[in-house]
Amino acid sequence: MAAPVSLQVEFGGGAELLFDGVKKHQVTLPCQPEPWDIRSLLKWIKQNLLKERPELFIQGESVRPGILVLINEADWELMGELDYKLQDQDNVLFISTLHGG
Amino acid sequence: CPCVRVPVAAAVPVSPRSRPCPCVRVPAAPAEGALGFPAELPPLPARSALSAAEILRYSRQLVLPELGVRGQLRLARSSVLVVGCGGLGCPLAQYLAAAGVGRLGLVDHDVVETSNLQRQVLHGEARRGRPKARSAAAALRRLNSAVQYVPYRAALRPRSALRLVRQYDIVADCSDNVPTRYLVSDACVLAGKPLVSGSALRLEGQLVVYNYRGGPCYRCLFPEPPPPDTVTNCADGGVLGVVTGIIGCMQALEVLKIASGMGSSFNRHMLMFDALEGRFRNIKLRPRKADCAVCGDRPSITCLQDYEAFCGSSATDKCRSLRLLPGGDRISVQQYKELLDARAPHVLLDVRPQVEVDICRLQHALHIPLRKLEDKDEESLQRLQKRIGEEKRRTDDQTSVPVYVVCKLGNDSQKAVKILQELPAEEFGSVLAKDIKGGLMAWATKIDPTFPQY
Repeated sequence: MAAPVSLQVEFGGGAELLFDGVKKHQVTLPCQPEPWDIRSLLKWIKQNLLKERPELFIQGESVRPGILVLINEADWELMGELDYKLQDQDNVLFISTLHGG
Repeated sequence: CPCVRVPVAAAVPVSPRSRPCPCVRVPAAPAEGALGFPAELPPLPARSALSAAEILRYSRQLVLPELGVRGQLRLARSSVLVVGCGGLGCPLAQYLAAAGVGRLGLVDHDVVETSNLQRQVLHGEARRGRPKARSAAAALRRLNSAVQYVPYRAALRPRSALRLVRQYDIVADCSDNVPTRYLVSDACVLAGKPLVSGSALRLEGQLVVYNYRGGPCYRCLFPEPPPPDTVTNCADGGVLGVVTGIIGCMQALEVLKIASGMGSSFNRHMLMFDALEGRFRNIKLRPRKADCAVCGDRPSITCLQDYEAFCGSSATDKCRSLRLLPGGDRISVQQYKELLDARAPHVLLDVRPQVEVDICRLQHALHIPLRKLEDKDEESLQRLQKRIGEEKRRTDDQTSVPVYVVCKLGNDSQKAVKILQELPAEEFGSVLAKDIKGGLMAWATKIDPTFPQY
């Protein structure tokens, strides 16, 4: 069993509007047989934080195009993307890219 | 002469309709197509020394060892293409002109509107209705007449973008829409130019330097465009002028550093600015991706494409007009005015967010934000039922009471009508809902000119 994992999950660039406008969420992921990774975090977010219109955030098992995922202030592409194994006290930021000017 | 100082044949910037400048003596080219942009600008001359006047003018930055005379001379030989003369492009161009960059290309297809003035700080009240590219050039010329300004009153298009980008050393993306962002990035990759990209919305801003020293391009980061429904423009989402100002200034800073030889701090980094929290964050990004479609080892994109088709949206930030309802479920503002004058029983339902209702409203409207209808909020639906009931009693139950739904532009109101039509009749009774086409902005332009527009 993987131990519970405490994370700071943040949303920005407008992605927070899907989460009642709340940018910072302290979450504790429960014990589960497999270690928590970003893939399972996204499922958890969909079930527990995302109240409506999941298609504006999630597409398939990943985030929709235009959302950048940052793990501890680094591009998730450098960290293994969906397969990154979450550590206690990690910071995961989902940022919607802006296009206005 | 206060005008464009490049040889006349090369600078044919503005369409003939906009007040012609006396100095442009060749016939102006059409705004689009092969002749839309000047064929070739002459290279800026290499110089070995600054004049006494330049030394005085730039003295406060010349004494910076990081810049010095060498950096200033590099700056004077640099050309920068500014794509978009709006909230980002104005402050960026202003600081680059003041610092003494050699040439500024200013691209914008739009004209100055009143709602631009809050953040697009080069355009004054007197410039409303004039092309932004020309307005910006005129303001910049007053600031520093030694810089060459080349205004282009046209949108950047796939046909002309590459030829234009090739003529500049550095490109600043100050645009306001997704297709243009892909177009600018691909053009920079194909032309081998660094791209300093800024964006802002609401109280947040972002900045990345793309295609520079092994860093990623826009496509490396965003291989697929966002679904059009998820993209918010400044008119819908709002934006604070200071926020575009801060990001535009940061872009100017990075352009200056690249042009003068200091190098950029945002290669492989994204700057994120949250104005509400007063927080800057510096995010480490991936390097150039070997499998990127345009800058990768085996690119599949070797020429510019149709970016509006790729993104499923048009290359502007203007609001879209949805058509979700059949004609029979919609009425015009004129028809609504007639119903109102005839005192026909009805309920007017305003579904805009509270912040917009605070700006202006029709006094007799019932206000329930679309969000509450989407949530099937019980309290809100009861208020609607109650209002319908009151209206029925007022007319002694003689007629049915339709609900006319209104919003700002007539998009959200259609969504609301659909929701009302799909409410279970056994619970809510049958609600006859119709949408008012064009919303309150149509009301303001066609019925009541004193009604505020925003």
